Amino acid sequence: METFSRAGWLRGLRAALAITLGLSPFGLVIGVISASKGLSLTEALVMSGLTFAGSAQLVVLQLWAEPAPILAATLACLVVNLRMAPMGAALAPALDRIRGWRLWFTLAWLVDNGFALFVAEMRAGRRDVAFVLGAGMGMWVNWMTMVTVGHSLGAAVELRPGHPIFFAAVATMLAILLPIWRGRGDLAPWAASGLAAVAAAHGLGLGAPWPVLVGAFTGAGLGAWQDMRRDARA
Amino acid sequence: MTLRWDVLAAIIGMALATYLCRAGGYAILRASRPPRFVQAMLQHLPGCIFVAFLAPALASGGPDTWVASLVTLAVQVVFRKLALSILTGVGTVWALQALA
Repeated sequence: METFSRAGWLRGLRAALAITLGLSPFGLVIGVISASKGLSLTEALVMSGLTFAGSAQLVVLQLWAEPAPILAATLACLVVNLRMAPMGAALAPALDRIRGWRLWFTLAWLVDNGFALFVAEMRAGRRDVAFVLGAGMGMWVNWMTMVTVGHSLGAAVELRPGHPIFFAAVATMLAILLPIWRGRGDLAPWAASGLAAVAAAHGLGLGAPWPVLVGAFTGAGLGAWQDMRRDARA
Repeated sequence: MTLRWDVLAAIIGMALATYLCRAGGYAILRASRPPRFVQAMLQHLPGCIFVAFLAPALASGGPDTWVASLVTLAVQVVFRKLALSILTGVGTVWALQALA
């Protein structure tokens, strides 16, 4: 089985292209907000190109100040992107098969949607890690393009909250989630994850990334407990 | 074409912190052999992460969001084309808002 092939890279790139519409609004929003906070186009592009993490950049831009808040920006990225640590760990079955620059360079391109698409690949029996690189690079090009468009249009685009385009991100995740579903055994962990996340976000009023982390670990913990109990009986 | 040094410093901090998150989880796992319970958890994490992403967004959305979510899922089940599912979902929200 291929571990890191050109064909895998192309598969990832094509998968990224398929969700262009779902990805574009976020880049647009980041571009618009960057301009409104006084960042030059160069600064917006260097930030987006090197960080490549929408939710974290959104949080940083909300606390942006003069001069640039170096420590706060760094800490915000650390906290908001903490959710990526378990993602990398969850890809271990595929990542264990590569090493060196391929491994550590590919991890730099790990994003939410690319991760979800690759999990679906893994579930379908394909473990070509170049897929993650291709998907990440495809999404990066989209990201940089939309940040440029958003920054250039600036205040000219008025994206009111609740605009239908914002549903694109939710729709993308819903559609990607479907191939990840493995069967009835996922029901209880997924339900627990959703309930815990809603309780953390709306009940306790916690901000990113806590609802995601609380939900994910509650659900995965329940799933692991189920598996261990089943194995013990067998 | 301006790039101020303080902005660049903030960006470098952001980039390093983000890479640490991307690579760190796997680096720790690779260096240590985790117990079986942790390995079982990792099998469940991917799906749970995304459900935990979606649930608060869906809970705070209105009926438009819920209907459009069901439409998105249905289109994905039938056609298995991500682009089509996303487009139909956004179109549904747009149509419901236009009707209201």
